Amino acid sequence: MALTGKDLIAYRTARFFQDGDVVNLGIGMPTKCLDYLPEGVDVWVDSENGVVGLTGAPKEGDEVDPNVVDAGGKASMLRTGGACFDSFRSFGFIRGGHVDATVLGAYEVDAEGNLANWMIPGKTAAGMGGAMDLVTGSKITIVMTTQTDKAGNPKIVEKTSMPLTGYHCIDYIVTEMGCFHVLPEGLKLFEVAPGVTVEEVQAKTGAKLIIPENVGCMVKE
Amino acid sequence: MATSKVMSVEEAIKKYCFSGMTVLLPGFVNVGVPEVLIEGLLDAGIGDLSVISNNTSVPGRGIGKLVRANTIKKITCSHIGNNSETVAKVVAGEIDLTFVPQGSLCEKVRAGGAGIGGVLTPTGLYTPMMEGKQVLEWDEEKGEYKFLEGEIVPDPTKKRFILEKPLHGDVCLVHAWKADKMGNVVYRRTSRNFNECFATAADHVIVEAEQIVEIGELDPDEIMTPGFVVDAVVQGRTLTEA
Repeated sequence: MALTGKDLIAYRTARFFQDGDVVNLGIGMPTKCLDYLPEGVDVWVDSENGVVGLTGAPKEGDEVDPNVVDAGGKASMLRTGGACFDSFRSFGFIRGGHVDATVLGAYEVDAEGNLANWMIPGKTAAGMGGAMDLVTGSKITIVMTTQTDKAGNPKIVEKTSMPLTGYHCIDYIVTEMGCFHVLPEGLKLFEVAPGVTVEEVQAKTGAKLIIPENVGCMVKE
Repeated sequence: MATSKVMSVEEAIKKYCFSGMTVLLPGFVNVGVPEVLIEGLLDAGIGDLSVISNNTSVPGRGIGKLVRANTIKKITCSHIGNNSETVAKVVAGEIDLTFVPQGSLCEKVRAGGAGIGGVLTPTGLYTPMMEGKQVLEWDEEKGEYKFLEGEIVPDPTKKRFILEKPLHGDVCLVHAWKADKMGNVVYRRTSRNFNECFATAADHVIVEAEQIVEIGELDPDEIMTPGFVVDAVVQGRTLTEA
């Protein structure tokens, strides 16, 4: 069955991970990456509340320890070899560049790699939690997002005017239409979803894209 | 001779807590929250609190109990999204809210507990978190920092940091898995979160422990918070649900 929507985004994002990577996955869509890890790739899930080695929600029959939760405060399981630490050390690891990849969602992103995902002007924000630290320190930052919002407006723009979570912090953007690399010279579209044309992606992107000679496919068989 | 710091919740609250205090409340959503001591504050009628915490639990649990009882006037935290009642009170102007990025919150409290005058962090640069704060720029040639003045225009080529000042409280309420009678503490799994750091940054520290053990039962190498920073140990409750 062909991958579509969020499954396709998760599938492609998981292909940035290398075996043994420590990855921090934001609440919601990013955790879906674990369902699509490539064969032979095992990652260690870091959670900013002070743990590495989470494996996700308990399954029936699992022995649950209520003291093990993920970054959303939800019960999770901890694998053999996992470790717990205080929050200040957790963020030291994060800012200090010890986390290989951080994956999170966005309200809006731009061609410079700026990320807005915590505050909508005029609305009371829930808070940034650990997002500002995560995007500052991780070796690579990947944003998973739909190409457009519910009203059909592009979520990738030339320059966002929304309050930032991080400045020049994004390395890659993955949507259900394409895969983008933030470069000093601009935003490069380097892969498109199966059946999607470069022109279609450009039409739904609010920034001028750099199109290489050969644009790959997000799904490789 | 090591003396026992074990006392009742009532006694510990009466001895160290007061209305109007700045209180450090560790915990991540519902885990590692000093819930028994929070209930003790409410029973003692202590309010008008300035709270330093990461978040405010969920409605009616943990720190959410203080929110519901209108005993918080001010809160410094990184997230209130799990508690709709906090959001409503912030919107209504009943709680004065200051957001701090989670990692910066840890460092501010760590600095407050470690006698450090502040920390330099790249977190929050060019975001609303930079507003009203001093920003330093590293001058590679001179090998020194300089304070930036006036409007700060983003520049990816410059190495800049926000100066985050220390935070310190009158009291810290801690949730421990095990504590011995002199206050040596072991935390469990992710309930450790902010407890270890926060326990260093208040004039007085009260520990609620799920298990209180005899002095000598804990291995010195497993102790995460040494008893000399702890003033009182009270009987806590075992967390049954995250």
